[in-house]
Amino acid sequence: MNTGDTAWVLISTALVMLMTPGLAFFYGGMVRRKNVLGVLMQCFTILCVLSIQWVLYGYSLAFAPGKGFWGGFDWIGLTGVGLGPFKDYAPTIPHQAFMIFQAMFAVITPALIVGAFAERMKFSGFLLFVILWATFIYDPVAHWVWGVGGWLRDLGALDFAGGTVVHINAGIAALATAIFIGKRKGYNGSAVPPHNLPHTVIGTALLWFGWFGFNAGSALAANGLAVNAFVVTNTAAATAGLTWAVIEWLHNGKPTVFGTATGAVAGLVAITPAAGFVSALSAIVIGIFVSLFCFIAVAFIKPRLGYDDSLDAFGVHCVGGIWGALATGLFASKLINPDGANGLFFGNPRQFLIQALAVAVTLAYSFVGSLILYKVVDWVVGMRVSEKDEIIGLDLTQHNENAYTLLE
Amino acid sequence: MKIVIAVIKPDRLEAVKQELYKVDVNLITVSEVLGHGRQMGVTEVYRGVKEMGNLLRKIQLFIAVNDSYLEQTIQAIIRGAKTGEIGDGKIFVLPLDECVRIRTEERGGIAIG
Repeated sequence: MNTGDTAWVLISTALVMLMTPGLAFFYGGMVRRKNVLGVLMQCFTILCVLSIQWVLYGYSLAFAPGKGFWGGFDWIGLTGVGLGPFKDYAPTIPHQAFMIFQAMFAVITPALIVGAFAERMKFSGFLLFVILWATFIYDPVAHWVWGVGGWLRDLGALDFAGGTVVHINAGIAALATAIFIGKRKGYNGSAVPPHNLPHTVIGTALLWFGWFGFNAGSALAANGLAVNAFVVTNTAAATAGLTWAVIEWLHNGKPTVFGTATGAVAGLVAITPAAGFVSALSAIVIGIFVSLFCFIAVAFIKPRLGYDDSLDAFGVHCVGGIWGALATGLFASKLINPDGANGLFFGNPRQFLIQALAVAVTLAYSFVGSLILYKVVDWVVGMRVSEKDEIIGLDLTQHNENAYTLLE
Repeated sequence: MKIVIAVIKPDRLEAVKQELYKVDVNLITVSEVLGHGRQMGVTEVYRGVKEMGNLLRKIQLFIAVNDSYLEQTIQAIIRGAKTGEIGDGKIFVLPLDECVRIRTEERGGIAIG
């Protein structure tokens, strides 16, 4: 046991916790003002509900060792998850510190999906969907990649802090739900003006800040690896934010705040799987390309395909996550992390194929699984609000509140 | 000359604008207002305390037209704003005594269009 490591992981846990409210503001600023509370409420509710789900059975399903599909029920209610270390996950910190650190990842992942169905999902349907999604999609995929006995982990797939488990997983589920729930009323492919971009910038800042815990905390120790993750995280976010602004400048004539914030988040997404395996110079390359790919996805591909991923959860998190996972297979180097692997550019093409396999499996499982869960919930309680409620807005119709008043 | 004041649902604004453009009414002033008619607003609850009969957001259009444009303006607003449900809003028509374009100091009907 190491007090420094424990302190760092606890602080990182708190940092990652802050990402979910940060995401709420990032998304909340983008919606119309009649729906901002709906978005904030969905994110905060996920924080409440999945924190409980995780200690009751979620952690067990994801991390209890040795089963194929998921972890099983050996650690249900944190049975056997004590204050001593569990060597296979984190040898120098209490097992519960690792558990609560992972809890925050389980919380933010479904919160990312909120961006896809924003402004039109019924709160009751949302609640049921999120609980089912965490149980049947997140927990198994986390087990495959990170759990002892997980088959992607045994295959050697590299995912330092959750590019596959968190971002691809949530991003493709976002696409599935966006397709099934349908377009917002009146959406014709053109942009819906964000109601409060300063909120989005505050949210981006909180995400960037929290991401240091997400990535550097995933070293699970206060050591050089954590420092490497910290440095490359900052570098990739900065590069991607700047790159997005430059792309807009060249393509649309003006750089935008919204674009710069979006780029920074895309950079954070892309560096997530790679943070413990690549150098700062590789992070710059990853950051440049992620903004390029995500910009193409949200500015050209989305309008052409016509699905309404309201806040681009797919375009940023899935596209950025796929690039990050594949880039890990390109740029990973044993000089950075001797416990990792070399990527394609360091003489090991096999790693790239393993990464591609992990991406493909996650995409397929999460897409199909999310469609099934969506249909089930739609059948049980209904997913979409009535047209009248959608016009009035989720704040008043789902929560009886207004975010902003015109008159006292 | 007439003033047309229309109170409509916020999500109908785009449709009303498009209909107005079709009949060559391009000069409009739009403001956000609160109100309720028979729809009686939506209940709000803050920390368990109910607030009844609250006001709904509406959009108010303010359009000055020459008499010959009046009927087609009214029809355009109806085409864009009508859903057939309670809450579609109202159109008010008022006489207008004078209109001055500040830039040119033109007055009357010519200053409206």
